[in-house]
Amino acid sequence: MKYLHLIWADLFRKKTRTTLTVLSIVVAFLLFGLLDAVRVAFTVHESVEGASRLITSSRLSIIQPLPYADLGQIQHVSGVEAVAYANWFGGIYQDRKNFFANFAVSPNFLDVYPEFLLPAAQKRAFAATRTAALVGENLAKRFGWKVGDKIPLEATIFPAADGSNTWTFDLVGIFRARDRQDRAQEDQMWFRYDYFDEGRMLDKGSVGWYVVKVADPRHADKVAGAIDKLFANSDAETKTETEKQFSMDFIKQMGDIGLIVTSIMGAVLFTILLLTGNTMSQAVRERIPELAVLKTIGFSNQSLLWLILIESLLLVGVAGVIGLLLASIGAGVLSSAFRGGAFTVGLQSWLTGIVLMLLLGVGVGLPPALRAMRLRIVDALGAH
Amino acid sequence: MRWLLQIVEITRMGLTTIPQRLGSTLVIVVGIAGVVGVLIALLAMGEGFQSVLAKAGRMDEAIVMRKGASAELNSGLSRADTVLITQGPGVLRNADDKPIVSAEVVVVANLPKKSTASDANVEIRGVGPLVWALRDHSHIIEGRAFEPGKRELTVGKGARSEFTGLETGATIHLGQQDWKVVGIFASGDAHESELWGDAEVVQGAYHRAGYQSVTLKLTSADAFDTLKAALSTDPRLTVDVQRTRDYYATQSEDLTRLIRILGVAIAAIMAVGAVFGALNTMYTAVSTRSREIATLRAIGFSASPVVLAIMLESALLALLGGVIGAGVSWFMFDKVTVSTLGANFSQVVFAFKVSPQLIGNGLLWALAIGLLGGLFPALAAARLPVTMALRDTA
Repeated sequence: MKYLHLIWADLFRKKTRTTLTVLSIVVAFLLFGLLDAVRVAFTVHESVEGASRLITSSRLSIIQPLPYADLGQIQHVSGVEAVAYANWFGGIYQDRKNFFANFAVSPNFLDVYPEFLLPAAQKRAFAATRTAALVGENLAKRFGWKVGDKIPLEATIFPAADGSNTWTFDLVGIFRARDRQDRAQEDQMWFRYDYFDEGRMLDKGSVGWYVVKVADPRHADKVAGAIDKLFANSDAETKTETEKQFSMDFIKQMGDIGLIVTSIMGAVLFTILLLTGNTMSQAVRERIPELAVLKTIGFSNQSLLWLILIESLLLVGVAGVIGLLLASIGAGVLSSAFRGGAFTVGLQSWLTGIVLMLLLGVGVGLPPALRAMRLRIVDALGAH
Repeated sequence: MRWLLQIVEITRMGLTTIPQRLGSTLVIVVGIAGVVGVLIALLAMGEGFQSVLAKAGRMDEAIVMRKGASAELNSGLSRADTVLITQGPGVLRNADDKPIVSAEVVVVANLPKKSTASDANVEIRGVGPLVWALRDHSHIIEGRAFEPGKRELTVGKGARSEFTGLETGATIHLGQQDWKVVGIFASGDAHESELWGDAEVVQGAYHRAGYQSVTLKLTSADAFDTLKAALSTDPRLTVDVQRTRDYYATQSEDLTRLIRILGVAIAAIMAVGAVFGALNTMYTAVSTRSREIATLRAIGFSASPVVLAIMLESALLALLGGVIGAGVSWFMFDKVTVSTLGANFSQVVFAFKVSPQLIGNGLLWALAIGLLGGLFPALAAARLPVTMALRDTA
C-alpha cells in the first residue's frame, strides 16, 4: 500500500484519458445496474409463505373457470390447511392505460397471504361491507385514493346483471407488503367475491382459481397430485402447481427477458473491456522507460506486476462503484416512472457487479502487467 | 477548392496512419457498433411485433365485440347477437349470396412451448365456414383445412414453430377430447399464432354457448360507417364496431411503445459511453500526430481544414462501426421468431424486422456519436501552438 501514491500519480498522468475511461466504465456499470434491476424484477423471489401455497386452475387454460363446488372437495384433501379462491375481473379505472390487477377474492384470502398487512379495523370493515374493496398502498398513492372513497371500475369481461357496465366499490382498507422489496405487489385491488358473483351475468357460481395452503410445504407436490386426481376425467380438470412454478410459467410467457437483458449486458461489457484494455496498454506503453528505471532502482518483477494490476483494478473499481451508485438512483427514478414498479439495485446485483469489476480489472490489467514484468531493462531504457 | 483539397489530404494522411494505432481505432469502431447493434436489435423487435399485428388488420374488414371489451377474449356475444350482426348493411356477399363473415369463438389452451418446455397459452379460434374467403391472405401450406363438425384443427405456421406437438397428423387433448391437427396454414400476420377449428365444435369443448366476435368483409372501406351506424343504434345490441386495422393496431400499441422507449434509453446510455470512447480515441490520435499537424500548419495549411479533417476521420470510423453494428444485428436477428403474450392472453409469434429505415436511423446515431467524439479533439488540434508542437519530442 505504500505505493498507492505512485499508482495514483500514474493514473492521472494523462487526466483527459483517465477521466474519459472512468466515465465510460461508469456508464457501463450504470447500465449493468439498471438492467440487472429489471432482470431481478422479472424473476420470482420465493417467500416463506409462497412455498406452502398451491394454485389450482383449469387444465384447459387459465381463462377457463372452475366450479365453485370444487371448494368443498379440495378442503377435504389431506394435507390441505386452507383454501381461498379468486376470480379475475379485469376492470378499467377511467382509462385503459391505468391498468392494474383487480379481482374478486374469498373472505379468507388475506389469511392465506399473511405477507400483506392490513389494520384489524379495516379487515373488519371488509368483512362487514358487501361492496368493500381493498387496494395496495402503492396503488392508492398512484390515484390518490383514501379509505372511504368510491371507486368505479368499467367492466371488460363481466357486465353487471342490471345491464350497466360500471361497478362501484367502497374503499375500506389499504394493505401494505410486509417486505419493501415486494412493493410492486401492492399494485392490485381486491373486492368481495359474493358481491361480484351476485352482480355478474356470466359464469355465475364459478371461480377463476383456488389458492391452496398446505400444512407442510415438503408435501406440496403430493397434495397437488391428490387435488388434480380428484377432478381427473371430469368436465373441469384442474392443474395444480406451486405458486412459484405458476408465476415462473407466467413470466416465461412474456418472453425470455433474462436472455435479452444478458445479451445487452454482454455487448456493453465487451465494448468496455476493449476500451479500457486499450487505454491500459497505451498507458503502460508510454511508461516503458519509467518502468525500466523502477526496475533499475530495485523494484522486483512481482511488484511491477502488482503495481499495474492494482492501477487497473483501482480504475475499474472506482468507476464501477460510481456507476452502480448512479444505477441505484436511476432505479428509483425508473420505479416512479413505471407506475410504482419496484426496481432496486439489490445486494445480489452489487455482488455480481463487484465480481465483474474484479474480472474486468484483472482482464484489462494483466496483459500490460505481464509485459511490464518481462521488460528487459537495457531494451526498455534504450527504447527512447 | 484548395480548401477542400486540404481537407482531403489531411484526412487521407490520418487514415493511412490508422494501422499504427489500430487498438485505439478499434475502440471507436467497436464501441459504436455496440450502440447501433443494440439499438437496431431492440427496435427491430418492436417493429416486428407491430407489423405482425398491423398486417392482420384491413380497412375493409370490421370486427364486432361486446361493448367495453378490449380484446376478443373479454368479449361475449349470444347466438342471436351474431345473427343480427351478420345481417348488417354493407357486408360483402359471395357467389351464393351468403355474407362473407365469421362468427368466432376465441379460447386459450395450454401447450408446451419449444423454447422453454413449459406450458404457455395458445389461442384457439373457432371460425365460421367462410373464413378462408374472409381472410383470403390465409392459405394452407401443408395438409388440408379442418372439416366443419369434426374435432380437427388447422395450425398456424407460427404456432407450429413455437409449440411442441402441432405437426400435421398429431393429436392434442383439450379437456376430455382428442383433436387432430390436419394441416398448417400461413397468413403472414398475427393469425399464424393461432389454431383454427370449427366454431361450433370448439364451443362444445369449452362449454360455451355464445361467440366472442364477428368479423365481416365489407363491400368497400367506406361501407364501414354504414355498418357501424346500423349496429350501434340497434337497440337489441350493445356492441363496439371497429375496423380490424384499428383493432389490431391498438393491440400492439403498448408493448411497441415500451420496447421503443427501452431501446432508445439503453442505446442512449450506451451512446454516452461510446462518445467518451470516441473522444479518447481521437484525443490519442491528435496527440500522436501533433508534430505532423504542426508541420502542416507551418507549411501553410489553415486551421479549419485540420478541424474538419479530424471530424471527418472520426465520422468515417463511426460509420464503419455503424455498418458493422447494423450488419451484425441484421445477420443475428433479422427474421428470428420469438413470441410474447398478446392481448388475448396467448402467445403472439413474431419475427424481428430489421428494416432499411431502422438501419438508416442506426447509421445516423453512429454519425452523431462520431462527430461529437471528433469535435473537441479537432478543436484541440487546431489550437496546437505550432512552434511548441514542432519542438515536442514526445
